[in-house]
Amino acid sequence: MNTLFNEGSNLAGAVDRAFIFIFTIAILFTVAITALMIYILIHFSRKRNKHPQQFSGNTKLEIIWTVIPLIIVLAMFYFGWVGFAPMRQVPADAMQVKVIGRMWRWEFDYGNGKISNELVVPYQRNVKLNLVSVDVNHSLFIPAFRVKEDVIPGYNNFLWFRPVMKGTFDIYCTEYCGLAHSGMLAKAIVLDSLDFKKWLADLKVTGNLPDHPGLAIIKANACLTCHSLDGSKIIGPSFKGLYGRKSTVVTDAGEKEIETTDDYIKRSITDPNAEIVKGFNKGLMQSYKDKISAEDLDKIVDYFKTAVEKK
Amino acid sequence: MTNTSTAEPLNYLNHKTGLWSWLTSTDHKRIGLLYMYTITIFFCVAAILGLLMRIEKIAPGPTIMSAQTYNGMFTIHGIIMIFIVVIPGLAAVFGNIFLPIMIGAKDVAFPKLNLFSWYVYITGACLGLYSQFANGHSPDTGWTFYVPYSAEASSNVVIALTAAFVLGFASILTGLNFIVTIHRMRAPGMTWFRMPLFPWSLYATAWIQILATPIIGITLLMVIAERTFHIGFFDPALGGDPVLYQHLFWIYSHPAVYVMILPAMGVVTEIFPTFSQKPVFGYVPIVFSSMAIALVGYFVWGHHMFTSGISYESRWFFSFLTFIVAIPSAIKVFNWLSTMYGGSVDLKPPLLYAISFIFLFTIGGFTGLTLGSLATNIQLHNTDFVVAHFHYIIFGGMGFGFFAGIHYWFPKIYGRMYNFRWANIAWGFLFVGFNLLYFPLFVIGIQGMPRRYFDYDPKFQTGEVLSTIGAFILIIGLIGMISNLVYHAKRGAKAPANPWHGVTLEWQIPSPPPHENFDEIPVITHDPYVFEHPNTK
Repeated sequence: MNTLFNEGSNLAGAVDRAFIFIFTIAILFTVAITALMIYILIHFSRKRNKHPQQFSGNTKLEIIWTVIPLIIVLAMFYFGWVGFAPMRQVPADAMQVKVIGRMWRWEFDYGNGKISNELVVPYQRNVKLNLVSVDVNHSLFIPAFRVKEDVIPGYNNFLWFRPVMKGTFDIYCTEYCGLAHSGMLAKAIVLDSLDFKKWLADLKVTGNLPDHPGLAIIKANACLTCHSLDGSKIIGPSFKGLYGRKSTVVTDAGEKEIETTDDYIKRSITDPNAEIVKGFNKGLMQSYKDKISAEDLDKIVDYFKTAVEKK
Repeated sequence: MTNTSTAEPLNYLNHKTGLWSWLTSTDHKRIGLLYMYTITIFFCVAAILGLLMRIEKIAPGPTIMSAQTYNGMFTIHGIIMIFIVVIPGLAAVFGNIFLPIMIGAKDVAFPKLNLFSWYVYITGACLGLYSQFANGHSPDTGWTFYVPYSAEASSNVVIALTAAFVLGFASILTGLNFIVTIHRMRAPGMTWFRMPLFPWSLYATAWIQILATPIIGITLLMVIAERTFHIGFFDPALGGDPVLYQHLFWIYSHPAVYVMILPAMGVVTEIFPTFSQKPVFGYVPIVFSSMAIALVGYFVWGHHMFTSGISYESRWFFSFLTFIVAIPSAIKVFNWLSTMYGGSVDLKPPLLYAISFIFLFTIGGFTGLTLGSLATNIQLHNTDFVVAHFHYIIFGGMGFGFFAGIHYWFPKIYGRMYNFRWANIAWGFLFVGFNLLYFPLFVIGIQGMPRRYFDYDPKFQTGEVLSTIGAFILIIGLIGMISNLVYHAKRGAKAPANPWHGVTLEWQIPSPPPHENFDEIPVITHDPYVFEHPNTK
């Protein structure tokens, strides 16, 4: 079920009005020109008309058939523009889906590592597709929705629509992309809001989770150069199973037992040499007191507390 | 006529003989024929590739070839048809043969450069063929060579790009030659506005050739540099911009469409008055519409890129200008109809092809408007609708314009006449086959069938099958037409100097023309389309 007559999105109506306007005029003119041509061939045929008239121009006619077509094409331009303008104005509340084009398949990334091979969208909800390519040019085309935009490496192209018809619709790649270009297909499936939520909840996590904000800070400060995540010993103690770990630390006042919790973690970042875990050397780590804000320290603690493997 | 003896009088065909005399001739008429023979051969090759692609698509899935073969085939079909057949096409063949005669000159301004252009052209054409058969894959990028795919594909892209680059030079040199010829070599008394309209169309075309072609030359060199030396111009992997390539490519390749169609418009503009025995209606508007097309045609390239992510403002701006450039074409159609209106219309084969040109060009033009309109373009861009549209313009327009021209000037070129009935029957096959081949593609294109698809959804099969049937009918028509012309070039009945009662200068000299066209350079005293005799006949 996928022809021109399926108006599958909110944008389709205006596109089809432009089609009907242009095609109506096109058919009228083509028929009129052809009929006139046939009339001339018959009525002014050499058999019937041995004495050709010799007129060679008429300024009034030239003006008429310049101005009238001009008005007509400007009207066509207007309908095309009006149908197109909303396609570039994305509603602020639109649900965002990242579309990844690669030779030769589509991936639809719903965030949190949930990546689908079909574009599933909720009925009557504004959807914005952010289009990225990982290799060559592609183009995402959903005929039933009257939307198409190229997917170009290095560009952040987009399109949007609101599905107004439930069902399954074809998605094509319409920018030639090599051997299996014609196999670069997918489906757009429009579901009820509840069904959509269920579908999204059931969608398996296959992609990489985005980093925990605390881990992002850890990476940004190059902590992992000296502290491993997998338990191996580099220069400092590994982060694996850090939170709640009982260690012996060396202080100026001698050795003591501590449990690694919020306070100790923060102190180790802002004043690393105060309490060194036994077996590691003093003086190798600098203080990050001015480099990592209190807020970020909380995020790092939260990372150790919730996201790092415990054992 | 000075020479009426029964023995074959000396003319440009027989004053020297032998292959060498052709390959070294600087006679514009012989060079025009050299172009015609090579173009015909390449056209037949590319048409056969087209037929094979149509056979492949008679059913979904692989039918007679693999996807890689299909992709290579539509690429080489496009390269041959666009760069080797259609762009030089009318200007290089009929422009060479008739431009000097129609303006009362003995040759073009630079005859040696003219012959050199043909050798440049042949070099480019051979490189194009070589790219298909050299080691490795034949190029599979499409004739548009879009980056990054063309920067990365493992096929013979560099050879194909070099071919297009070399062919561009032939085009520039021919354009340059024609502009100088028109400026400097018109017969005494032939003011600009006493010049026939076919030379006018060549003049507009030549300016596009010399101004736009260098851009594609540079662009293709940039892709070669990118592939060979990994200099990042267009490939984002090297820090380049793929959309920049599209801009540069279409800045040339859109005006190139007018290089294809303007001379065809010029040809039919000669045919309508002759076969109506009536002056051209609206000479001056037709001149200015040609120049307007050449000028405005430079500024509409963005309509090939409406979905590429260019800014909102540039999208509506290019759409607006695209609609403006439609007007000069409409003006021409109305003037052609008015030229025939009130005339004494003789439906001989040249006119039959010329009115088919109007019909097919009108359909091509109107479907072009749906592509120029932003909202509808989104649906149609890169679908089979576009394929149908540009075949209606290029094949229905330039192709049928060429067919009209060869049927019009054949008796002048060879001094022989072809068989009319045979020509009319071939026309019937061509016209029916053409429409059956391309019209269904409009329909499945609107429904969403993308172009350059090896495989397709079975719901499009009806249209695809009709199209394939049309291709066979079209090929029958082509064989019929070409064999009629080839057979009668030597064996046809002798043609008089002026079989159609034309009034432009080429009809005032013997058929075939003598080596130097005119014994005496004519002096022009009146407008080009004055028919004196009919009222007294």
